[in-house]
Amino acid sequence: MAEADRPPSYLAAGYTIRSWLTTHDHKRIGILFAIAITAFFFIGGAAATMIRIELATPAGDFVTDDTYNKLFTIHGVVMVWFFLIPSIPTTLGNFLIPMMIGARDLAFPRLNLASWYLYVLGGAFTVATLIAGGVDTGWTFYTPYSSIYSNSHVMLAVVGVFVVGFSSIFTGLNFIVTIHTMRAPGMTWFRLPLFVWATYATSLVMVLATPVLAMTLSLIGIERLLGIGVFDPALGGDPLLFQHLFWFYSHPAVYIMILPAMGVASEIITCFARNRVFGYRFMASAILAIAVIGFLVWGHHMFVSGQSVYAGFVFSFLSFVVAVPSAIKVFNWTATLYRGDISFEAPMLYALGFVGLFTIGGLTGLFLAATALDVHLRDTYFVIAHFHYIMVGGSVMAYLGGIHFWWPKITGRLYHEGIARFAAILMFCGFNLTFFPQYLLGYEGMIRRYHEYPPQFQLLNVLSSAGASILALSYLMPLAYLAWSLWRGAPATANPWQAQGLEWQTASPPPTHNFEAAPLVTHAPYAYR
Amino acid sequence: MSGFHLLEPRASTFASSYDWLFFTMVVMCSVVAIGVFVVLTVFSIRYRRGASVDRTPFSGSSHPIEYAWTITPFLIFLGIFVWAAILYAEAKTPPPGALDVSVVAKQWMWKLQHSEGRREINELHLPLGRPVRLVMTSEDVIHSFYVPAFRVKQDVLPGRYTELWFQATRTGEYPLECAEYCGTDHARMTGRIIVMQPAQYATWLSRGNLAPSMAAAGEERFRSLGCSGCHGANASVHAPKLEGVFGHPVHLSDGRTVIADESYIRDSILLPTKDVVAGFVPIMPSFQGQVSEGDLLELIAYIKSLANAAPPPRQR
Repeated sequence: MAEADRPPSYLAAGYTIRSWLTTHDHKRIGILFAIAITAFFFIGGAAATMIRIELATPAGDFVTDDTYNKLFTIHGVVMVWFFLIPSIPTTLGNFLIPMMIGARDLAFPRLNLASWYLYVLGGAFTVATLIAGGVDTGWTFYTPYSSIYSNSHVMLAVVGVFVVGFSSIFTGLNFIVTIHTMRAPGMTWFRLPLFVWATYATSLVMVLATPVLAMTLSLIGIERLLGIGVFDPALGGDPLLFQHLFWFYSHPAVYIMILPAMGVASEIITCFARNRVFGYRFMASAILAIAVIGFLVWGHHMFVSGQSVYAGFVFSFLSFVVAVPSAIKVFNWTATLYRGDISFEAPMLYALGFVGLFTIGGLTGLFLAATALDVHLRDTYFVIAHFHYIMVGGSVMAYLGGIHFWWPKITGRLYHEGIARFAAILMFCGFNLTFFPQYLLGYEGMIRRYHEYPPQFQLLNVLSSAGASILALSYLMPLAYLAWSLWRGAPATANPWQAQGLEWQTASPPPTHNFEAAPLVTHAPYAYR
Repeated sequence: MSGFHLLEPRASTFASSYDWLFFTMVVMCSVVAIGVFVVLTVFSIRYRRGASVDRTPFSGSSHPIEYAWTITPFLIFLGIFVWAAILYAEAKTPPPGALDVSVVAKQWMWKLQHSEGRREINELHLPLGRPVRLVMTSEDVIHSFYVPAFRVKQDVLPGRYTELWFQATRTGEYPLECAEYCGTDHARMTGRIIVMQPAQYATWLSRGNLAPSMAAAGEERFRSLGCSGCHGANASVHAPKLEGVFGHPVHLSDGRTVIADESYIRDSILLPTKDVVAGFVPIMPSFQGQVSEGDLLELIAYIKSLANAAPPPRQR
């Protein structure tokens, strides 16, 4: 089609702020989310920076104890609910799901926009919490500290999380209906890209688990504001009940954070190895298995909480079971490289980094799933290292890999490949320097949420803080060069990576309605050979 | 860097078993992680773009190898699960004849009391080589009693008792830390466990503040609160006698049978209508608000001291 006949891209369909704030286009909404979550990422990152500065010395001398408690709380609240849970689904998911299945938009475009507004409203409550003086309960809000004893702005924070939870639920609902009902002719379930499977499973978890969070937060509110005993034993309540309710949501929530990242990894590795994914059906089944079994393991956060020994056995066993599909995925990604034709552009570096760091994080999860071992390690830096390996080494690296991979499609520009590769490698190194020492600190018995610590832990803490400064730099670099590419990047063709997938069959950036005609799908995904 | 050591000291019977499992896992997981890294690296180099190497696609079913690498990890995981579960059950089962110590946690300190009466704040003196059982509760929020050198940890909850046992195998001082975030001074809620030779421990105990034993203090409180009015030998009210009760089964009016442990006694004092003994009516008043956590532990120590006493003959 000649340049002049080509329909305008979705970016050109209105230049006013109003056209963005009232859009129904899933692609624009994806960008609105991307801007919002990036802002919150840097808020959460600022908190982390202050934490690591404090922990560079054993004495609690950088901030007061109360301030430190508020810092780790806001770091957790922001990173979990305002960055990790929305990140891939609301940015890449929103942008790509309709395109990957050959549709024009999501099933409920206005619900999609409402989801963004709820995110912003929840975010406003969180910022209000910060301005009002912060909350110091930890992102886990354990009772009766949060419901009775804390003198910080618990309710403001709780309302913020409650509201953003509904953003999650709306997004999940939208994806489920879209994937079920709007696939293009010939796009059967087993021809879907794994990113769609991953988003689908994530959406199921979002819709089923998040309401439990909403209820649990409401119960904190009922106790704190109305004095009705739910969790405080002095009022006839049970503090352990909170933990069961909270972790019933928050464990599946971590699968909301990792499953989309696994989907992104599959898309990138197949493209840059120019190979079909090894074991497509096992990969899709593993995604669903993780989502389902992920609902059954919450008590592994409670092995020393006062839960019964027998419950401990059941949750431990199921936690080992849920590790099996994750292992399968790692082996299959590795096998996808076999006899491939591999190149190492920035997305591939991020994806390979994801596989390596997720492997380490997942293996350390086995330590924590083992009841006896968890006794010593729980609430130490071992746990912190474990979940950062998965959430940062895993999810954040995959998110950035996806942003780089689909950047040409989303923006119509190419980023500078050399700087991007350097940043990816810098991130991998900075990440390991930050978090690997924390495994050692955990085994040594350094407790989490402590702003001061015994002097023998200083060496490892200094290494960790040094790593954090490198990691911070490696996050600022993409912000800079990606933004720069919007003005000065080379224009991108429809398919600069020669990738398979319906999203690459349309222009970069795509027109508002995505495809001129509904595509017809005739073969399996990843037809790289 | 004073005291920096890579290997945390092992000072309890559990710590040795723990480290065997821990380091087996370290070796096993390292092998897997290194294996994955090596294969990723070898494939990345061998099949890089531009290398002239055979790339004919793998033909044949992927299922055999996929089943293999599904079932093998599962079996290994099962083995770890069983090993850990056995250790965990052991860690949760105090042996008979353990030395009992009461622990009351509050923001931001540990209050400990030996059954002989001696109290300690943020420190616990113990004899070497004898199992010690802690009965713990909190006055406010959830705390957690953690001794890294012993590899033991247990959350301490308000409104209930949790227990922790260990047997020290080396004399010395070991850090005690609060391992559940509990507010402003969570990081300062630390202390020491001081393990001594049994003879030195006995000396320390006898030289301590001359407080009455917990059981004696409990007996005094039993009288002063009026408990003996109903439960005593000459009471005219039909109430269960408490001799020979602790540690033995109790038949309840709803048909259940429970073992009378610390939690049962505590609940009987604070929530007397919860577990009513068979053959009695729920007329006992609650003492909620009239007894502190420390008082309760002393009362329980007194009732425990009656565990092997015979009920007094009924006076008519």
